[in-house]
Amino acid sequence: MLRSKASRWAAAPYLVWMCIFIVVPLAIVVWYALTDANGFFTLANLTGIGRYASVFGRSLLLAAEATVICLVLAFPVGYFLSRLRANKQHIMLMLVMLPMWMNFLLRTYAWMTLLEKNGLINKLLGLFGIGPFNMINTSGAVVLGMVYNYLPYMILPLYTAMTKIDNSVVEAAQDLGANVFQILLRVLIPLARPGIATGITMVFVPAVSTFIISRMLGGGANLLIGDLIELQFLGNSYNLNLGSAMSLVLMVIVLLCMSFTSSFDEEEMEGVM
Amino acid sequence: MKTWKRQNRHLLQRTYLILIFGFMYLPIAVLIAYSFNENKSRAVFTGFSLKWYVSLFHNEMILSALGLSLVLALVSSVVATVLGTLATIGINSMSRKMQLVINNISYVPVVNPEIITGVSLMLLFVMTQKMGIGGEEGVFGWPTLLIAHITFNVPYVIFNVSPKLRQLDSSLYNAALDLGCTPRQAFFKVILPQLSPAILSAFLICLTYSIDDFMISYFNCGTMQTLPIAIYSMTRKKVSPEINALSTIMFLVILAIILTSNAIDSRAYKRNQAAIRRDAANA
Amino acid sequence: MNEIVSLKDIVVDFDGERVLDGLSLAIHDKEFVTFLGPSGCGKTTTLRVIAGFLTPKSGNVFFDGKDITALPPYKRQVNTVFQKYALFPHLNVYENVAFGLRLKKLPEETIRPKVLEMLETVGLKGFERRSINQLSGGQQQRVAIARSLVNQPRVLLLDEPLGALDLKLRKEMQLELKRLQREMNITFVYVTHDQEEALTMSDTVVVMNKGNIQQIGSPQDIYNEPCNAFVANFIGDSNIVDGIMEKDFLVSFAGREFTCVDRGFKMREPVQVVIRPEDVAIVPPSVGMLTGLVREVIFKGVHFEMHVDVEGKEWLIHSTQASQPGELIGMNIGPDEIHIMSREEV
Repeated sequence: MLRSKASRWAAAPYLVWMCIFIVVPLAIVVWYALTDANGFFTLANLTGIGRYASVFGRSLLLAAEATVICLVLAFPVGYFLSRLRANKQHIMLMLVMLPMWMNFLLRTYAWMTLLEKNGLINKLLGLFGIGPFNMINTSGAVVLGMVYNYLPYMILPLYTAMTKIDNSVVEAAQDLGANVFQILLRVLIPLARPGIATGITMVFVPAVSTFIISRMLGGGANLLIGDLIELQFLGNSYNLNLGSAMSLVLMVIVLLCMSFTSSFDEEEMEGVM
Repeated sequence: MKTWKRQNRHLLQRTYLILIFGFMYLPIAVLIAYSFNENKSRAVFTGFSLKWYVSLFHNEMILSALGLSLVLALVSSVVATVLGTLATIGINSMSRKMQLVINNISYVPVVNPEIITGVSLMLLFVMTQKMGIGGEEGVFGWPTLLIAHITFNVPYVIFNVSPKLRQLDSSLYNAALDLGCTPRQAFFKVILPQLSPAILSAFLICLTYSIDDFMISYFNCGTMQTLPIAIYSMTRKKVSPEINALSTIMFLVILAIILTSNAIDSRAYKRNQAAIRRDAANA
Repeated sequence: MNEIVSLKDIVVDFDGERVLDGLSLAIHDKEFVTFLGPSGCGKTTTLRVIAGFLTPKSGNVFFDGKDITALPPYKRQVNTVFQKYALFPHLNVYENVAFGLRLKKLPEETIRPKVLEMLETVGLKGFERRSINQLSGGQQQRVAIARSLVNQPRVLLLDEPLGALDLKLRKEMQLELKRLQREMNITFVYVTHDQEEALTMSDTVVVMNKGNIQQIGSPQDIYNEPCNAFVANFIGDSNIVDGIMEKDFLVSFAGREFTCVDRGFKMREPVQVVIRPEDVAIVPPSVGMLTGLVREVIFKGVHFEMHVDVEGKEWLIHSTQASQPGELIGMNIGPDEIHIMSREEV
């Protein structure tokens, strides 16, 4: 249907757009990463990243921590939601998505108020004579911010994958003598794999590249890759070449993460876009 | 024994869900509560007041940022929807191989970290600026923002509309030709109306992504401020409860939109079910 | 009767695979013609060639004597009822039916009575404002038929239109379609893989297989005088046994000679003999032309289906009286019930 040759021309404006604003910019990133300020070829930018290895390490670590925590928290949520009656599922899904609709700067800002030295949590603890604790400007606060912001991105694909698991499959496993942990390990997790893979990508990629969360909740001591890149492009250490090299490395990290999760599951990305 | 166990499990499930939803909503609730706080401090609640709402509506920076965000979202979404819908139709009639190549490239802005989409576009604009385009002030500002927003929106249109186009019963198009439509008429009278829900939802997705975007705008806004950028600069400075007031308003607007669209959906569904039941009773 | 549609040497390839292999066919005006065959035989492809959705690789399509091979579908005087109806979900019942008339830019006061009359004809009076997904499968079917017929096509093409309906509804719609065809007095070209449907409704049946026409004839001809084993097998159950045509009106098979009504074969020509299961009469073994051992008896409602071993070959017999498995029975076959076909070249 509609497969006439003439209708192909409809795609022409977008193809031009795609080349100029998707392909060319990426090529420029590569170009900048491999040249110095005068436009000469150099590997100095890439090798120079070595100095920031600790920042890269911290980014990967914190993002991984956040991803694992999200997965552990979200897995039961996805399963419980998928077992509810249809109309109830609908409402609960709305509840999961509603915070996503709120600007994530505001969501992160909310935690600033809670975690502050004289914030609500310390106030509450103070009533019991505990604390105050130093919670904001720690790496823990950054992980918390990541978990809070990206938890719905883990719940939704898990839920989607689990709605496809028929209850009779779980019952069959029980019938054959599996206990709760065996059901989880041998039935639910394998069947939820497409959702797990998508969820991991959807949490890890934004978490590893954020600079807002670290800046708002991590203080100055918890620089992430995103912060570094931002500093090269708009910040004090203005250096587009180094920034491009960092972006290139970040892209490689993301690609590796995605090829890892997609090898983990061959199916296409699913769930929410 | 068995029922006791089942009840227990239900209780466990419910408690767990309440805890998680509590985690998701408590910060928002606190945010909203403090928007009504008379005191500027976030530590104490001294009394109910709407003064932050009043001062929010007198905040020129916020209002102009909101205006910019809305106009930008509207224009970029319209352009992206048209561009994306046309692209979907064109791509659909290409060879499998071509489709794969284009889809993979279109996936780049979707899966790439936003910061990379942001800086790569910024580099492109820096280069055009170096070539002397844009004159003294340079290109950064409204045009770069618009281009950036269109660029990250078009793929969402394509990935929303193309499954619908592929699912479309191909005999629908044939039926239109059979009843006397020219191919052009068949497209406008049959195919487009069929795609319109998908196109509309793609448009709405674009609107929300555009209004919500911070990262990509941040690198390409020049001196202009969209709403998220204004919020960001507010959180950087001395904190003002105006942000809480703004959050509350945005939350309520979103809630209202979701509830209405849900109500419309379920009313249409109920009407449909009623008609089917009536027929079943008559038959 | 004059020809309304004729196909000459139509060849259609899909991905290098031949779907129609030089098909030629003439369809007479005001006839109910059915293309019958297994899936993949090319029957739907033939229909699409007539409708104009498919341009053949070679060959010509004539309508009323004029070559319309290159004419696009929207300029042809034929309309199609699609397999899954292809109703426009964004339009209500009335607008679906009015679709073709609106394209002709007719004024509303012409369109309205036509649409209402058509809806009444198909038994959907009062459904005008219903949305399509508020209709049952049978009702959608009727809308699809009304949508086509309201344009007063000379030929209506129907592509397995009853396939999605349950058995009872299907029977009902078969009679309904036959009635409509008589009332509208136009040509219906109907595609189905259901032989019973084909025999019930058609004036002419075209049996197809592997892109070729196997046999064209009235339902009686096709059933009683299948021209080859494929047709015999496809149309109802048959016992097909090898035999020798001794001379005109005499054939031998299953170890003895039978009188028959066929002639014109060569002396001692090897042939295939077709005997319908219901044409075998069961008699006591002592008076039977053949004897057989009952292997299995299955009750089928109106008759018993018996699998009988005759000289090492299994025969299928339908009878209203039951025999017992293991029983020896006699079998008689009248000359009229023996159908002779040339042995197929293998």
